[in-house]
Amino acid sequence: MLKIRIIPTILWKDFGIVKGISFDSWRRVGSLLPAVKVYNTRQVDELVIMDISATEQNREPDFDVIDDIADECFVPLTVGGGVQSLEHIKKLLRAGADKVAINSAAYDNPSLITQGAEKFGRQCMVVSIDYARKENGDLYCVSQSGKKALDIHPVEWAKIVDELGAGEIILTSVHLDGTMKGYDLDCIQAVASAVNIPIIASGGAGDYEDLYLAITQGHASAVAAASMFHFTQQTPLEAKIYLRNKGIKTRI
Amino acid sequence: MAVAIIDYGLCNLGSVKRAFEENGAEAYITKNPSELADATHIVLPGVGAFPDAMANLEKDGMVEAIRENVVEYKIPFLGICLGMQLMCQFGLEVVMTEGINLVPGEVIPFPDTLKNIRVPHIGWNEVHLLNNSVLFYKIPNGTDFYFVHSYHCSKIPQENVIATTPHGYDFISAFQQDNIFGVQFHPEKSSKAGFQLIKNFIHYF
Repeated sequence: MLKIRIIPTILWKDFGIVKGISFDSWRRVGSLLPAVKVYNTRQVDELVIMDISATEQNREPDFDVIDDIADECFVPLTVGGGVQSLEHIKKLLRAGADKVAINSAAYDNPSLITQGAEKFGRQCMVVSIDYARKENGDLYCVSQSGKKALDIHPVEWAKIVDELGAGEIILTSVHLDGTMKGYDLDCIQAVASAVNIPIIASGGAGDYEDLYLAITQGHASAVAAASMFHFTQQTPLEAKIYLRNKGIKTRI
Repeated sequence: MAVAIIDYGLCNLGSVKRAFEENGAEAYITKNPSELADATHIVLPGVGAFPDAMANLEKDGMVEAIRENVVEYKIPFLGICLGMQLMCQFGLEVVMTEGINLVPGEVIPFPDTLKNIRVPHIGWNEVHLLNNSVLFYKIPNGTDFYFVHSYHCSKIPQENVIATTPHGYDFISAFQQDNIFGVQFHPEKSSKAGFQLIKNFIHYF
């Protein structure tokens, strides 16, 4: 049976790993390569590595950095940040990414998802969906690292990208990201039931029970977390032991 | 020992090369068919869609070179993920396309009607061993490997199927036909078990 994946998320800019709260107040929490090596040694299920300044600075993904990471890392890699073209996807895959995540470019050019799926296979086309919440509780997608609001609900956008050929969705609630208050279970569940591709839950994980809830109530196929691994003593391995003891299939 | 890793424009070549080097092999990446003659082992890695991959291999003259080295000279050959699928007679991804045709079999999608099963099949899943193969030496039955795919091989003769994996049903996750091996998972991304499999392949002559 397919195991639930526990995925540390690494957000980086200028060679440093950073973590913020609700996509703001970024603080530096470590260096990129040493952290990747540690996660490699610990044999994590997968790593998500996002270059959060590429789109903002309107530049290409840093292929050399991904190449360096892949040289040190023999666990599956999902790479995102600044991906705008088929050429970018191709270069990231060649550098050693197993999957490539697109976010802002998917709104500007939805056909990129379809073209990428046809050329490289649907399995490597991940669409990263960031969304925020209005005061009245309504949800809406955001792009450009949370800076640009879009007039579409995350569940609607998830259905569209699934139709277009996305192979997986990383669903991040911006309002919960970095807070460690728990995932947005309702939205994860709504997206997971709207599409048949795997969902990676992201944004808000604070402890192992949060992961458990995203899996059992949200029906996520994988759970991503950054703050709880950066700022607490909790580890991906202990998370898997916790989940296994509660009846979830994990790889240990 | 020299492991040739075939470059057809779409693959995670760097990771595959590094994984072989990490396990003591000399490895080189090539898109030149004549360079396969120097290889003690040949690897066809895989990320990409079936039709584009075949078009690129044919354009480079690789299909004939693979048949010559693998069928005629019996060079050990490992296909990974899409590389495994390309060895079959034909694939159904995007449009029906002829494969390299080294083994009887075809490549089909997971149906999207399976209950409680999501497609693509992404993540760590068990590999259940059916027939003995040198490829799984020292690897326990039921070990998890990393998968990321929407299509899989089918109709490969039962005696050549060495492992299956459950995802809605048991699909073929590894086969061996003499010196020809195919694995649907990514040994280069499957940490210790993946490295053991790579060692087993390197030490197979």
